[in-house]
Parts: sequence; C-alpha cells; structure tokens
Amino acid sequence: MRRIVVVGYGPAAHRFVETLAGRGFDGRVTVIGEEPRPAYDRVALTSYLSGTSVADLTYPVPGGTVTRLGSRAVAVDREARTVTVEGELAEPYDVLVLATGSAPFVPPVPGREHAHVYRTIEDLDAIRAAAADAAEGVVVGGGLLGLEAADALRTLGLRTHIVEMSPWLMPRQVDEGGGAVLRGHVEALGLGVHAGAGVREVVTGPDGRVAGLRTPDGTLIEAQVVVFSAGVRPRDELARACGLEVGERGGIVVDAGMRTSDPSIYAIGECALAGGMVYGLAGPCNTMAEVAADRITGGTSSFAGADLSTRLKLLGVEVAQFGAMDGALDVTYMDPVAGVYKKLFISDDARTLLGGICVGDAGPYAALRPFVGKPLPAPPSDLLFSGSGARLDLPDDAQVCSCNNVCAGDVRHAVTGLGVTDVPGLKACTRAGTTCGSCVPMLRQLLESSGVEVGKALCEHFAFSRAELFDIVRVRKITTFSRLVTEHGQGRGCDVCKPAVASILASLHNGHVLDGERAALQDTNDAFLANIQKNGTYSVVPRIPGGEITPDKLIVIGEVARDFGLYTKITGGQRIDLFGARVEQLPDIWRRLVDAGFESGHAYGKALRTVKSCVGSTWCRYGVQDAVGLAIALELRYRGLRSPHKLKSAVSGCARECAEARSKDFGVIATEQGWNLYVGGNGGFRPRHADLLATDLSTDDLIRTVDRFLMFYVRTADRLQRTAAWLESLDGGLDHLRKVIMEDSLGICADLDAQMEQHVATYTDEWAATLDDPEKLGRFVSFVNAPGVPDPSIVFAAERGQIRPVTAR
Amino acid sequence: MSWTAVCEYAALLPERGVCALVGGRQVALFRTHDGHVHALDNLDPFSGAYVLSRGIVGTRRGEPTVASPLHKQVFSLVSGTCLDEEAVQVPVYAVRVAGGRVEVSV
Repeated sequence: MRRIVVVGYGPAAHRFVETLAGRGFDGRVTVIGEEPRPAYDRVALTSYLSGTSVADLTYPVPGGTVTRLGSRAVAVDREARTVTVEGELAEPYDVLVLATGSAPFVPPVPGREHAHVYRTIEDLDAIRAAAADAAEGVVVGGGLLGLEAADALRTLGLRTHIVEMSPWLMPRQVDEGGGAVLRGHVEALGLGVHAGAGVREVVTGPDGRVAGLRTPDGTLIEAQVVVFSAGVRPRDELARACGLEVGERGGIVVDAGMRTSDPSIYAIGECALAGGMVYGLAGPCNTMAEVAADRITGGTSSFAGADLSTRLKLLGVEVAQFGAMDGALDVTYMDPVAGVYKKLFISDDARTLLGGICVGDAGPYAALRPFVGKPLPAPPSDLLFSGSGARLDLPDDAQVCSCNNVCAGDVRHAVTGLGVTDVPGLKACTRAGTTCGSCVPMLRQLLESSGVEVGKALCEHFAFSRAELFDIVRVRKITTFSRLVTEHGQGRGCDVCKPAVASILASLHNGHVLDGERAALQDTNDAFLANIQKNGTYSVVPRIPGGEITPDKLIVIGEVARDFGLYTKITGGQRIDLFGARVEQLPDIWRRLVDAGFESGHAYGKALRTVKSCVGSTWCRYGVQDAVGLAIALELRYRGLRSPHKLKSAVSGCARECAEARSKDFGVIATEQGWNLYVGGNGGFRPRHADLLATDLSTDDLIRTVDRFLMFYVRTADRLQRTAAWLESLDGGLDHLRKVIMEDSLGICADLDAQMEQHVATYTDEWAATLDDPEKLGRFVSFVNAPGVPDPSIVFAAERGQIRPVTAR
Repeated sequence: MSWTAVCEYAALLPERGVCALVGGRQVALFRTHDGHVHALDNLDPFSGAYVLSRGIVGTRRGEPTVASPLHKQVFSLVSGTCLDEEAVQVPVYAVRVAGGRVEVSV
C-alpha cells in the first residue's frame, strides 16, 4: 500500500488530501501538522475575532486520513524515506508532500520580541488578550494582510495605525492614484495611515510593556499592541536541511508537476517556488495541491503559473486588481468625492487590454478580467465611464495622458499645427507625459504616426532617454536592472546604461549601491567607493561638511595618510584627497576614518560632492548670515543623493561671494533679509554663471526650493547632463523651472517633496555599512586567489616628499 | 594543458569581474549573466594599468564584453579584441569550471 505523508496542515494540505480522497486514493495518507487543529480558512481568519467559532472555520478531515496534530516534523531522511517527528518515531513514506506554508516576516528591529504576528488562531488569541487593556494598536504592513490585521485591531476596539514602507497602501494591488483613494477610505474609518514609513524599533515603557513603535525619523506612534504583517517567507527549512533545491530568496523549487529535486517529494502552497514564483494567494495554492494530487495518482496536469488577480473587500472598501499593473497606456477614471478610482492598462498600440485596478468600485473587475490579453471589447472610456463613443485607433478625443488630461487631438495639433518634433517639445507644449510619464511611448507613437522621426536612445540596450527610463522605473516600481532590461530593453547592458540605471535606482530607492545585483552595475568608482587613478589605485575623500573640521579630525586624516603612505592634497571643494590606496587597503583606511567620525564624501559618485562656504557672519566682519551653518545643513541634507551627474554647491555669507557660489549647480548668497538662490552654474569645461532663481528666501523656503530643484533635475535630466546644460535645454528655461518648483504648475511638488523626504530619511553612510558587511568587504581584494597580496604592478616614486605613481604611460 | 584552480565558481558574482594571480600573470575572470566564465589578461593596453577585471560587464550586439574602467574602451570577452579599435587585443585564457571551482590555464 502506498504511503503518502504530508508535512504541514494548512489550506493547501487540506485541498491536497481532499482531492486525493475525491479520486478514490486507497493508500495511507498521514498529515503532520504543527498547529493543534486541522486546517482552517485563513482567508476568513479575521471573522474569528467577531465571533465565528474555530469549528466553523475548520475544514473537515477527509475520511481515512491519519492526522498527527501539534506535531513538528524535524528531519527528512531521503535515503530511508522517512520523516522524523519531534519526540516520536520516524514516519515512513513512499511519497512526501511538503506543505509547510510560510512564516510572517518580522524585520530585525529592536523590541521585535514584543510584537505580534497575524497568521494563526493562536496569534489572534494573543492579540485579543493584549488588546484587552490597550487603547491603541499599530500594524506594520499596509498590504492585503496588513489591512486585514488592522481591521482586526479595529474590531477589537483599538485606535489603529497602519505603517507601510511604500508610499501608499496595498502597493502590490494598486498604483499610487488608487493608493491615495484607498487611503481616503481607510482614514475616514478613523485609522491612522503612515505611508512611506519604516520601523526603527518597538518601544517598551519602564514597566516592560509595549509603548509604541518608532519610525526611522524618530516619530513615536503610541500603541500598546504592535502587529507585524509585512509579508511572509516560505518555510523551506526542512527542505533545505535534507538537501532539496531551494530558491535564492527561499522557496522549495518545484517543476510544473509540483515535484521537487527529489522525485519522491512534492511541494505545494506557499512554501513552493513554482516557475520562479512563490504564491501567497489561496487560489494558486489550491491549484498546486490539485496538480500534485493528480500527478501522484497518475495524472498529467501541470501548474502553469497563476493569475494573481484579486478582488476583495477590506475595511469595507472594494479593491480589485487584474492582469498587469502597468502598460504603455492607461486610462483612469477618478472620483475623489465618491472615493472611486478605476484604471485600465492597455498595450502601446492601444488595442489590447493588459489589466486594471479598481478601488471603491470593483464593478469592471468581473466584466473585464476575461478580456486580459485580448482586444478591448469597447473603447476604454466606455468601459470606465458612461458616454463617449471613442474608437480604438485613438481618435482625437481619446485621452493620452490621464495625469494632465491631454487627448490625442491635442498632441496631433501640437505636431501638425505648432511644428513640435520631439517628445520634450510635446511635454512642454501639452504637459502630456510630464507627471507620471507612462504615456511617453504613446507620445512617441503619435509623433511617428504624424511622420516625425524620434530618437533619444540611451544606448543599444535601451530605446529610451534617461528621463524616460527614470519614469519607467518609478512608475513601474522596478528595482532591478535585470527586470528593466528584460522588459524594456535588450541585451545585458553596457558601461553607458548600467551606471545610469544604477543611479536611477539609487535616486528612487536609496539603499546600498553595492547591494545584490546593483553591485554589478556600478562604475569602478562606485564599486569600490573610491576614485580610480591612472595607475589603478584609488583616492579617498572623507566628507568635511561645509569645509569645517576640528583639529582632532584633521590629525586623524593626517595620521591615516601617513600610516598608509598616501599622497595628500587639498581639493577645490574644501576637503582633503588621499591618493594611492590599493583596493585591499580601502577597508582598513575607512575603518580608521569611520571610527573617527568621518563618512563617505561621495567624491566617487554622481552625487552631491560638497557645499563650500566662506567663513560667514560668525567670524567675518562683513558677513550678514551664518554661511558655514547653512552649508553644513545643506551638505548633510543632500549627502548621498545620486543624480544624473555630480552636484556641487556653495554658500557665501555676503555679496562679496568668497565661496564662489555662482559657479555651482546650486549656490546660495546671503542677503540682509535671507538668502538668494542661484542655479545652473558650472566651472569646468564650459564655465557658466548660475542664474538667480529666487531672492530673500527664509532658510525653510530655501531648503524646500532646493529640494524641488534637485529632484526635478534628478527626474528629468539626461545621463551625465550637469544642471547648467539641463537648465539650458529646459523648454521655457528659468521661468518654466520657477513655475514648476515654486508655483507647482505641474502639480508635482508634493511628489518631489516626498521623494526628497524619503531620501533624507533613508540616508545611511555607505562606507560604514560596507564595513559592517563581510560579503561586501570580501570584494576589496586585488587577487581573488591571494587576498593579502598587493598588486605588484603598482609602483611609486617620491616627489616633493610624497609618493607619485610610476606608470608606463 | 595544466589547469590552476583559482576560486569557487560561487565566488564570481554575475557580471562582476575578479582578478587572479596565476604564475605571476594577472588574469581577469568574468561570469556573465548566462553563467559562462571568461578569462582575459587584466592589463588594459590603453592605460597600461592592470584594471580590466574592474570594468563593467555587458553585451554589444549580443557579444559579451567588458569596458575598461579607465577610459571605457570595450573588449570582447570571447576574443579579447577591442571592439572600439580592432587592432588592439588582449590575451584570452582558457578557463573551465570543474567540481564547482574555476580553473585557468595560462
């Protein structure tokens, strides 16, 4: 008699044994489950708190199934074909099915041991007990499960907050616009929404009880109950331990028949990695269970991936998502008063329905989901709103840009009537494509169909300009080069597009430039966080904000330079450059610098370099403002900001302009009343004096204006285009810039502000982070097979008491 | 042909080079996105510096390449030919993966 053992007793395991039973399987089926009860309906878990009994939630155990509840499988012996259950004898099997599910992900923050998770009946019992004498609760995670947990806390009578890392709720189901509408609904129910916020720690009071949650910017959200619901991780530890193949990010690798790398072992549900994906929704997990049951009983069905469409009602709000969450074109219907948001994604030829998002009214979901990947059944406007008989070959009244309500006719008029010949021209003229940018391919198509040739390709791998790529990455939430080049480019990139994409990813997501795949995109300077010199050695520039330095720190720099024998030079940006370091010396040099309180100066990056200053009103008899103080504040605010090219700045404390601020990308000159802001200056190859953007600004207004200037530049400039060239190429020039960032003419200032806030909140010193990461540090060697050996080709001579490189050329 | 083991294959990150010292020679090793391993001499013939292992790996019209980190001339990982100046070549070495280790023959 065949013996099937199932490890894990959640909904997928239940579906599996149920399907087996339905097929008349006559062998022995044993299910080993950790929890003290058979599988239950996790989708309806929240109803447990409002009175549904465990019995009502629990699935019936099919007849003939042997269950071993409250039992933990601890090992699999694949040779002997046995599963060891903790404290018991081994269970023999002919076929083993792993349905171990997943575990809630709890980020490694201080105090995490005081937080709850939201997955099992026991978790809910614990939350209910904790809520008994609590007034406020906070849920970390604003996705599907997070909102469910928030609903639960609310049901328990707590004033509830939701903390979500992404800038909006349910980022996997809805886009930014949908997220805003959803937020309105959630807030109207009295829940606090903290989007774009992370978690620094779970705070406990003097009595050891939970007092709240602190976000990275220091805000304390008071709460006596903290629930983490920020995603799950596949439970693959059993599979790992017995040597089954698992994915890089976890999950047990299975083929289309749900078979693991051992033909006697299957994996189903949330623990399985099928076609490179882990599925967390009930639908696909049930399908996997059915496929496994079919295969084991001699069938040939297979799991070919799953439609991740969802339609649900959370906190009383209908949310639905089907098909793709992006497309070349989109059409949006939005009614902020009624709280309704509907968006369809359409292929770039405007013929094929790719997907859609609904918030507040899931009506189109049922009607349109069947049409995903097929020709549009009717004009999108008809599908989303009433009236209008738009034809599909983009008639003049078809909306091209939903952000700015620009129709195809407006674009055609700009091309044929006004003689516009390129996408930037169309943007300037019609405002189409200036907000989210998702309609840019459509603008190009309209240009081409009007007989205009368009070409702004970054390189052979991408047919887009940097600004267009930036919008694609931002709008489609792309986080890896591989995905970007696969979906929007060709080949594997080059020294032009890779650093450009690395910079875009850094501008949008911050995070460490050497994390994961991003390490391979960086130019050597960013790869080694230092500046390569002609002989292959590197130079090191610690940050000295505003050029102000204590004698003690100056001594440390001197000692480091002396001890490592580095050539030392004062730079034009009021800092000190140390030359001649070999790659394997860089970590030792930086260990000393970081210990002394220095951080990376980003001299190697396309990023903010320095903010120079004169001595200012503190010491100077002419100074009218504290130039050094402002320079330091600006440098600390924008340090680490990756941009299309390097950024330089300076602050002068009076009109004598000793800091040469007008030669900088953004320069500030003190007035009696405040600050004058100049932008677009340059030294270098083609010197340019900066233009006066605004006068007599308060410090707060100045910082807000610089925030927007920098973010608008980061979004829209070409690769390696300094602010001077960018400003000159900007249609409408300085006036346009002033309208965009000071009068919010494009309605993007809130976005720009939020993006800069995110940058400031998430900045970390990348050298300190590198020193803490053995994996990254391991790359700082001259030779992979001789890590301690210095490169013998590097030779120095002496000149004026210091080293100089000796090179063949 | 004598082979020298230089590192674990897993030590090579996709599209990032390393340098190995083999019999006094500097060998730049690259693992491409598709998993292949290529070995070129580490000397950048344009600058005279031993730096090719620190260049950006990519493709040009489908051919795997590395760009010198100093002045960005692009070399084929397959032939060692400089694709920007075809008269310039860097030596290509035999390389294989055996038992999870990368072996080079110079």
